[in-house]
Amino acid sequence: MTLTPRSLVVAGLLVFLALVPAYVAATGNAFLMTLFTRIIILAIAATSLNLILGYGGMVSFGHAVYLGVGGYAVGILAYEGVASGFAQWPVAIGVSALLALIVGALSLRARGVYFIMITLAFAQLVYYFGVGLDRYGADDGLTVYRRSQFGELINLSNRTVFYYLCLLLLIGTIYLVWRLINSRFGLVVQGARSNDRRMRAIGFPTYRYRLTCFVVAGAICGLAGALLANHTGFISPATMHWTRSGDLIVMVVLGGMASSFGPLIGAVTLLVLEELLPVLIRLLASGFVEPQVAVKVSEYWQIVLGPLFLLVVLFARGGINGLLEGMRRG
Amino acid sequence: MLLFLEQCLNGLQFGLLLFLLAAGLTLVFGIMDLVNLAHGSLYMVGAYFAATFVALTDSFLLGAVLALGATVVVGMAVEVVALRRLYGRDHLDHVLGTFGLILFFNEAVRIVWGPAGLTLRLPDWLSTSVRVLPGLDYPTYRIAIIVTALAVALFLYVLVMRTRIGMLIRAGASNREMTGALGINIGLLYTLVFGLGAALAALAGLMQAPIQTVQIGMGENILILAFVVIIIGGIGSIRGAFIAAIMVGLIDTIGRAFLPDLLRLVLSSRGASTVAPALSSMLIYLVMAIVLVVRPAGLFPVSSK
Repeated sequence: MTLTPRSLVVAGLLVFLALVPAYVAATGNAFLMTLFTRIIILAIAATSLNLILGYGGMVSFGHAVYLGVGGYAVGILAYEGVASGFAQWPVAIGVSALLALIVGALSLRARGVYFIMITLAFAQLVYYFGVGLDRYGADDGLTVYRRSQFGELINLSNRTVFYYLCLLLLIGTIYLVWRLINSRFGLVVQGARSNDRRMRAIGFPTYRYRLTCFVVAGAICGLAGALLANHTGFISPATMHWTRSGDLIVMVVLGGMASSFGPLIGAVTLLVLEELLPVLIRLLASGFVEPQVAVKVSEYWQIVLGPLFLLVVLFARGGINGLLEGMRRG
Repeated sequence: MLLFLEQCLNGLQFGLLLFLLAAGLTLVFGIMDLVNLAHGSLYMVGAYFAATFVALTDSFLLGAVLALGATVVVGMAVEVVALRRLYGRDHLDHVLGTFGLILFFNEAVRIVWGPAGLTLRLPDWLSTSVRVLPGLDYPTYRIAIIVTALAVALFLYVLVMRTRIGMLIRAGASNREMTGALGINIGLLYTLVFGLGAALAALAGLMQAPIQTVQIGMGENILILAFVVIIIGGIGSIRGAFIAAIMVGLIDTIGRAFLPDLLRLVLSSRGASTVAPALSSMLIYLVMAIVLVVRPAGLFPVSSK
């Protein structure tokens, strides 16, 4: 394997992620652990979205729904007294896969912009379903008091253990997606992205391949949802809000579509940026104005973030991954 | 029965409002092939401008006209600065870029007008009601919305189907290179169409302002409804948008009005009052799913694109 700027960044990022708990243990900065657990979980979700969006060309604008469904599976089972993760997690994955099957079967009949809007509309449907879950907190959401129980096997209440489990699952997901897209199945899905009609002409029932791909992505994202509910100890319809789906798309595109580590890079960049932008703006502004005013100005960090998305779209089509590749080519 | 009629009128009014938004979206999509998520932001900006200008000028009509003009200027500026560069790109780029614009607009509005919502008070001559039928008084303002929106729909029809500008718009929609080659300034035409879309969004926003609070994010949920409208109607078809908008408006309003009572027959009254709004919000998306199963390209698909 040659050392390219990209592989250096990826390797550095993985080493950094592996060392976060050690740094936290040394400094006692628990916030960093919470932040990076969240980043890793959302990176799993973004990686699953990349499978359909990047490789399959299916721009799903409702992917956050599976985060919510997976989370609610854990939350509702815990609420009803089923604390075992051996029950919760398979249900989270299964229900997400089932939902993806229904949504995919209906929306994959459509193309292009119709597909974007239909997935968005189905996401709204599920979102309002969550709002209507009267028994489980409706709009206010549901508190998950105990993390999933895995008996003697693993104790998720230990933050470090949970962190490494999430990291392991992330690497497993990236590996799974990599294996999938390099298999015959993955090549068919990518072929259907480039030219669906031609793939069908040479005898591939592309609808079924694309639908399977869609379901796999939904199932993985359901797992991420189960992790997220365990992490935050809380699940609400807001997890499924369409802007969350937008965030996932941003992560994928920002990091670099159709690349193995792009979604991870995107998730880290977006979420760290969300934390850093207010600080940066405050520092920058305090050079010109009173400190109190600088704090006030830094509250408006989104006015920088929004146009940033536009700039990525206009000038960095391949995302950060593409920029790193471009560096190698010079 | 009178209640039902009243709710039908409410549904019609809401549907026509949706039509104004959806018409702008579908025009911009049909002609520039641009998915504009930030259309809802123009709706919001229109409402904010209206609340401000009406308070400043002390005249509802003058304020409304000023708000309309100001939003058109904002819309055209956005088109020239940002969106123009997105034409011909992938739809995913449109989604991402305009998603960024939503964040920008929400934050910009927070900076200019502050986080608290605004209210727009109706002038006295509009806060009366009219006897539509014996025993049924209906607010004048809502009737004014219905009449205005119908007039705009007629205006759009005449503009697109009967004028030279409309001919250029339709020509640009079916073949942009050819239209350009015939000496039409396509760039200018696109900016004008975008301005027209912005005006429609602003009109919807300012007419809704006195009914709801003017607040940040008000354009987002209604934008998704407008998307549903154009999916049901067939993307790019103004006629489809008109029929689908009225359909969606009626279903939504009547669902909201009568589902709680229906649910109360099977659920506790507290349960019914939580579930009913959610269920009636879901109703539209269910209708959309059914329409898509039967006709994947909407009720009035625009052929060849």
